[in-house]
Amino acid sequence: MIIMQNTFFTNSPTLIVMVGLPARGKTYISKKLTRYLNWIGVPTKVFNLGQYRREVQSYKSFEFFRPDNEEAMQIRKACASNALKDVVIYFSKEHGQVAVFDATNTTRERRVSIVSFAKEKGYKVFFVESICDDPDIIAQNIADVKVSSPDYLNCDKEEALADFLKRIECYKQTYVPLDDEKDRRLSYIKIFNVGSRYLVNCVQDHIQSRIVYYLMNIHVTPRSIYLSRHGESNMNLLGRIGGDSGLSPRGHKYATALGTFIKSQHIKDLKVWTSHMKRTIQTAEHLGIPYEQWKALNEIDAGVCEEMTYEEIQDNHPEEFALRDQDKYRYRYPKGESYEDLVHRLEPVIMELERQENVLVVCHQAVMRCLLAYLLDKTADELPYLKCPLHTALKLTPVAYGCKVEHVFLNIEAVNTHRERPGNVDVSRDPEEALKTIPDHF
Amino acid sequence: KFMKCCDIIENLNCTALLTSSVPQFTNSPTLIVMVGLPARGKTYISKKLTRYLNWIGVPTKVFNLGQYRREVQSYKSFEFFRPDNEEAMQIRKACASNALKDVVIYFSKEHGQVAVFDATNTTRERRVSIVSFAKEKGYKVFFVESICDDPDIIAQNIADVKVSSPDYLNCDKEEALADFLKRIECYKQTYVPLDDEKDRRLSYIKIFNVGSRYLVNCVQDHIQSRIVYYLMNIHVTPRSIYLSRHGESNMNLLGRIGGDSGLSPRGHKYATALGTFIKSQHIKDLKVWTSHMKRTIQTAEHLGIPYEQWKALNEIDAGVCEEMTYEEIQDNHPEEFALRDQDKYRYRYPKGESYEDLVHRLEPVIMELERQENVLVVCHQAVMRCLLAYLLDKTADELPYLKCPLHTALKLTPVAYGCKVEHVFLNIEAVNTHRERPGNVDVSRDPEEALKTIPDHF
Repeated sequence: MIIMQNTFFTNSPTLIVMVGLPARGKTYISKKLTRYLNWIGVPTKVFNLGQYRREVQSYKSFEFFRPDNEEAMQIRKACASNALKDVVIYFSKEHGQVAVFDATNTTRERRVSIVSFAKEKGYKVFFVESICDDPDIIAQNIADVKVSSPDYLNCDKEEALADFLKRIECYKQTYVPLDDEKDRRLSYIKIFNVGSRYLVNCVQDHIQSRIVYYLMNIHVTPRSIYLSRHGESNMNLLGRIGGDSGLSPRGHKYATALGTFIKSQHIKDLKVWTSHMKRTIQTAEHLGIPYEQWKALNEIDAGVCEEMTYEEIQDNHPEEFALRDQDKYRYRYPKGESYEDLVHRLEPVIMELERQENVLVVCHQAVMRCLLAYLLDKTADELPYLKCPLHTALKLTPVAYGCKVEHVFLNIEAVNTHRERPGNVDVSRDPEEALKTIPDHF
Repeated sequence: KFMKCCDIIENLNCTALLTSSVPQFTNSPTLIVMVGLPARGKTYISKKLTRYLNWIGVPTKVFNLGQYRREVQSYKSFEFFRPDNEEAMQIRKACASNALKDVVIYFSKEHGQVAVFDATNTTRERRVSIVSFAKEKGYKVFFVESICDDPDIIAQNIADVKVSSPDYLNCDKEEALADFLKRIECYKQTYVPLDDEKDRRLSYIKIFNVGSRYLVNCVQDHIQSRIVYYLMNIHVTPRSIYLSRHGESNMNLLGRIGGDSGLSPRGHKYATALGTFIKSQHIKDLKVWTSHMKRTIQTAEHLGIPYEQWKALNEIDAGVCEEMTYEEIQDNHPEEFALRDQDKYRYRYPKGESYEDLVHRLEPVIMELERQENVLVVCHQAVMRCLLAYLLDKTADELPYLKCPLHTALKLTPVAYGCKVEHVFLNIEAVNTHRERPGNVDVSRDPEEALKTIPDHF
């Protein structure tokens, strides 16, 4: 019997093909989309044509991109071909499910050849075209990511800018956008001016529908996301996991300090989100700002291990304890959840986080690890071991292609709740080996 | 809005906005304005979208201009809709104005959050006046324009819903069709679609040819984003949705709720019978979905078709009451038992879930159900009630009491503006698991009153 675990993603791999002039956000979209898809469990990889080119040719000037530069054209075609060969390897040998081909793909000829290639291999194709004619946005993009590109290592900013603008002109001469009529059978989304407008054509399946939904919810307006756990709770003090206890006296102190910190940041229109559990709500209460409760932000459900200490888990469920250490991401507590389940239930939170601007999320250790893994592009293996200590707020600010992180420890002591993976994860291990990495508690 | 958080958390000065399991959508009400020639699916979209929004907890109502018109004027012919018919034009304007007045009442006095103005709204002039009206009242506006030039689709629409409209009660099919086509021509003369350039500041989605293509402009907020996502996932390809509970389980036999038990012998029989039934239906490309629980998986195993497991389809988590009989719940948690009877939709089992939580976790299932074609969902009583409430437009009050007996498959086929339901009892006996709301829901009631409506069990 073929049993598929909650994956209604089509079996054919999908090739996402970016389309657009330079500095239209193709790489930004490629990386962000890839990060999202990997986080929700769809193995995805970016194939950036610029990187392939840099490996075979060190950049001299925009002349390389002149449409009449035959020699360069051969090199560029060969690079595209190599990139697509790597896509085939990714799909057939590396269990990839989505490949993002990050290149300009601005001519009909190039796109036609990609579609044939995909058809021959049995891949689905979805185009993402970014169209932008706002000179301010383009100038900002160039300043943010182009002048510091490896292509311009030895140039000053003005030289780089001037050359890049000429590079764009080279592409403009042969740029043919996706056409309403001629390309009506292709599957694509056209994004106009960073999202004020979208044209969506022939969405074929679930994954394309999710991609469209995601792309329509992201924005580039500057903002910061603040992540914090609840203040230290009474359960934390006792080294117990889960439950729904209130804050300890130090936890209340942290909540007050968090409120002071938040005020000092003078954040415009801050939204505050908590879970449905007492400890996050009590923390938010000290902030003096209206907050919204999300059940989806509740801590991971430890099922039969709820409210136990690690020592008790070792005593009562030594095998389960070992299994969890073997695969902490996928391990599901009996009658409880796994990190993988958590990611699934946090997806609407992430989607709304993308739509919002300044947000403070007051949540829990496992939940915060999942959110952080999404924001900082951590793998499923790293995720369950990300350090999210109590009484430390994180300020994440999107910058260029990633996220700047500032850790703010608010100077209120708290227990450590971080348990590293022990050396011995074998089911037959001794209790001491299991308990080696347990943090101290009362 | 509910302040239920204060039931759970003592001594707090609660500044929480909302305690439901879904985030708060913007406080400004939203006016969705349909745009399009007759027979372009505006009413279909209006009703479906309204059903979806109400199900996810956003109070929504349709205001259909045709109904307002029928109340003041009995229909004679397409001549009413001629653009040069001044008298009719006054009546039509008055109807639109009345409809919008009712929208104001819905928003201001009836706690409505979204109103769908289902009318052609095909002239710029009409749309401009709606936008001013909304601006003056502080409502957000989102246009949904349906553009279709495929004559087959239009002909199908007319056959499905127009010739049987109240307007054509006394006409035969051909007369109705001929008149309706002339009606469309009247509108075509003055139809100005939303314009890329002139309307670039309006928020809208244009749907082309039943969804092959969409143009989305200026989505303002979360609810509009959800509406766009929903509209982009629905389709009108004929198909059927089959709903069934797992076969009778060992827990069912003992009158116990929740848990993760296997099928009883009769349950296995049902699963086999279900497999036979499904094969007899000769369903094209059937997808089968189950939960992660043994009893649905064991049921699907008998079907001989690949199936997908969804954790979201797991039965409602009864928290501290898991695996108890109703008698035990009455013994151990009499107050909770009564609270549940008072508000079965919103009541959340301690350390468990409410129906309202269930709806929230089933939303991705519904979205995927909309994308799919023929699907069989093998699930659980509370889950099936939620799915059925969505498909049949039942209210939150009705939902927890919908009858979903064991060993009965439901075949739902979308038709016209609704859903045809066929019940198929597969002739394998099973216990009844349906508990009606008792007469006395007071916390102080006697145990016998609480247990009055409990179904029999071993």
